[in-house]
Amino acid sequence: MRPIAVLTRRALLAGAAALTALTLAPAVHAEEPQRGGTLVIASVQKPRHLNAAVQSGIATGVPAAQIFATLLRYGEDFQPQPYLAESWEFSPDNKVLTLKLVQGATFHDGKPITSEDVAWSLDVAKKNHPFSTMLAPVEAFEAPDPQTVVIRMSAPHPPILLVLSSALTPILPKHVLDDGQDIKSNPKNNLPIGSGPFKVTAFEPGQHIILERYDGFFLKGRPYLDRIVIRQYQDSNSGVLALESGEAQMFPLLDSTRLIRRLEKSGKMSVTDKGYAAIGPINWLAFNTKQPDLADVRVRQAIAHAIDRNFVTKALHAGLSKPAVEPVVQESPFFSEDVARYDFDLDKAKALLTAAGYGEGGKKLSLRIDYLPDADEQQRAVAEYVKAALAKAGVEISVRASPDFPTWAQRISSYDFDLTMDQVFNWGDPVIGVNRTYLCSNIRQGIIWSNTQQYCNEGVDKLMTEAATEPDQAKRKDLYGQAFKQITADIPIHFINEVPYHTVYTQAVQNPPVSIWGPMGPMDDVWLKQ
Amino acid sequence: MMRRILRQLLYAVGLILAVLVLNFLLIQLAPGDPAQVIAGEMGGASPEVMAAIRQQYGLDKPVLTQLALYLGRALQGDLGMSYFYNRPVVELILSRLGPTLLLVAAALAFAVLAGTRLGLMAAKNPRGIASGVVTVLSLVGYSAPVFWTGLMLVILFGAKIPLFPIAGMIDVVKVGGPLTRALDIAHHLVLPALTLGLVYLAQYSRLTRASMLEVLGADYIRTARAKGVSERQVLGRHAFRNALLPVVTVAGMQFGAIISGAVLVETVFSWPGLGTLAFQAILARDYPTVLGILFFSTLIVIIANLLTDFVSRLLDPRLAGGR
Repeated sequence: MRPIAVLTRRALLAGAAALTALTLAPAVHAEEPQRGGTLVIASVQKPRHLNAAVQSGIATGVPAAQIFATLLRYGEDFQPQPYLAESWEFSPDNKVLTLKLVQGATFHDGKPITSEDVAWSLDVAKKNHPFSTMLAPVEAFEAPDPQTVVIRMSAPHPPILLVLSSALTPILPKHVLDDGQDIKSNPKNNLPIGSGPFKVTAFEPGQHIILERYDGFFLKGRPYLDRIVIRQYQDSNSGVLALESGEAQMFPLLDSTRLIRRLEKSGKMSVTDKGYAAIGPINWLAFNTKQPDLADVRVRQAIAHAIDRNFVTKALHAGLSKPAVEPVVQESPFFSEDVARYDFDLDKAKALLTAAGYGEGGKKLSLRIDYLPDADEQQRAVAEYVKAALAKAGVEISVRASPDFPTWAQRISSYDFDLTMDQVFNWGDPVIGVNRTYLCSNIRQGIIWSNTQQYCNEGVDKLMTEAATEPDQAKRKDLYGQAFKQITADIPIHFINEVPYHTVYTQAVQNPPVSIWGPMGPMDDVWLKQ
Repeated sequence: MMRRILRQLLYAVGLILAVLVLNFLLIQLAPGDPAQVIAGEMGGASPEVMAAIRQQYGLDKPVLTQLALYLGRALQGDLGMSYFYNRPVVELILSRLGPTLLLVAAALAFAVLAGTRLGLMAAKNPRGIASGVVTVLSLVGYSAPVFWTGLMLVILFGAKIPLFPIAGMIDVVKVGGPLTRALDIAHHLVLPALTLGLVYLAQYSRLTRASMLEVLGADYIRTARAKGVSERQVLGRHAFRNALLPVVTVAGMQFGAIISGAVLVETVFSWPGLGTLAFQAILARDYPTVLGILFFSTLIVIIANLLTDFVSRLLDPRLAGGR
């Protein structure tokens, strides 16, 4: 909620050199980054291991972005910046990407990072990373000389630059991990030798991860911090208590609006909602389109019109969450204005139900709603609101709780549901995190976060497939815009709100991670004011 | 004596086997499987990845085959790999066993010491104020759910009067020698041990009180008093030692219950013990870890029972000869 403060600090930093010449210097001097200190990050995520090339997700992504460098990195916009690759260019047909690596980069064991390592790491990710679409069109990763990497693709693959950034394709040491063992269960994934700003010295599952500054990091002077400790807490409440008692200095990915408001009011913490543009987390209501009542699009539209997004974002989420209206978040470069929004309109809802043969004089509509456990504010509260809201439209809803995640996942992925609340991430590019929910080919029983709505529109498939290989950004955006318009008209999903992820940090923390990947980006420029 | 120990050992092996088989079958009844949890952690996965995970852990085999394979390995001392944490179950459990034993031992010590002391105070003057206070306190302590007591202590000592740390076992940021570390752990131990101990403190004080009152009415106490033994000696030496027997028996029997209480307390205080591990493992459908923890806790309870037997004999020589 403090983007302006951040921007000012950034601007000051940029101008610091010029200003030191002036007498104003002492006042600005405070903004000069200071070396040293330990940053304790509170977390409720439980990583399985730390090798993000074979394990996606936030839990592994946050520490892995510190331990491993990637070829590219991103700032606060969706524009790639050099990282391990100092330059890159596409061939005229956009099917070959050539990258030049920086000189002198080394792994944490001192061995140089070469193009061999990079090509091998990308190949590992292609073969093992759970997001199989992100590198699918790649035919070969080549290493013609130690500083050059060539990626050959069967078709233009515009998401490739984003895929080469943090959280998705870490650069691994081939000489350590290419040891004949299955990379997914290699015990070295627990304390891997990395290539990034921090080396991992301890990983106690369920307790903490300790990351120490790597003095040989290829960006001179970075990182500023001596140490990052990621402490795992049982839940957000204890994480926030730790922040208040001074045990931790930063709590990213906090989505409890009650706790965020409390910390904001205390006046001792800074709060920002920046840093979640690429994750793109959406809280939505999904329909089982094969359920006899819900197979009628008018019923789905009626349900959407009976739900007031403003009530959810303002009353349930204390004004901290943003309404969601389409498959991508507002900050996504593919966000489109021209979609069916389904604003709150109870009369329209009733009219649609009557037209479909329900309501007065017609059949009684009774449905069941499920929700993801362990996310009360975003999921259970909204499910209960949906029940109350739909009662006003004459629809009877029963709420079914799931005791834990596997129970819910089992129900939804075996299509044993009518309506369900769900949370799904965009992961930066529609090819990675959006297509999976809508493509006919991704109706796969038993797989959670596939097309469990069993929605199929060949027109949408065609648009999305075309968009996946369209190198021109404007044309690509237009294709997705058309697809989103059709999807919202067909309404397999009613989008409710963006998950209000916030990063809370003490006043001492400078340059909090606010890039598009946020805490899943390298924290080499974070520093502590002494 | 030897035969008795042998019989108990045989009994223990049978018990452990029964616990493993029963729980293996029980956990299969829970909906969802580890592959789904792992996919959930990954933010979604393709069918190929799911199939690979299931194959990697043998989840594609029939349940009874899985059980046979598991028992076969367990008998050779191999408890398998954790599905979720990707490391050997034995290694995971051993790293958590220490903290749990520490917590349980501290809680038990606190409960027994303070409980008997309070019970003694109450027994000295059964109609006095002290007795009334002890009775009320024990009733409250006994009936309050352990997680509620924990949360209240967290709010009081974590947020209002920040005297004690409220989560974890060590301050990872703090550096220092073994003494600093031990003090740090002791500091972290206070609240969880207090929470867990309070429930049992109530029981022990009530038990001590009742048992003391009974013993104090016995003939030999009257004899002791008649021959002029000081009241202190009467209470401490003659009465208390005899009144302690039921307390020891109950403390030993309750060891198992305390371990299950520890699951809740550990969860409230993020204490890195077997309880939090068990909780996470159940949520993750991490069968090998759950079974491994049950195996170890059964073992602990059996050992505790044997120890109780031994201590009872020390306290009351009559037990050693009899039976």
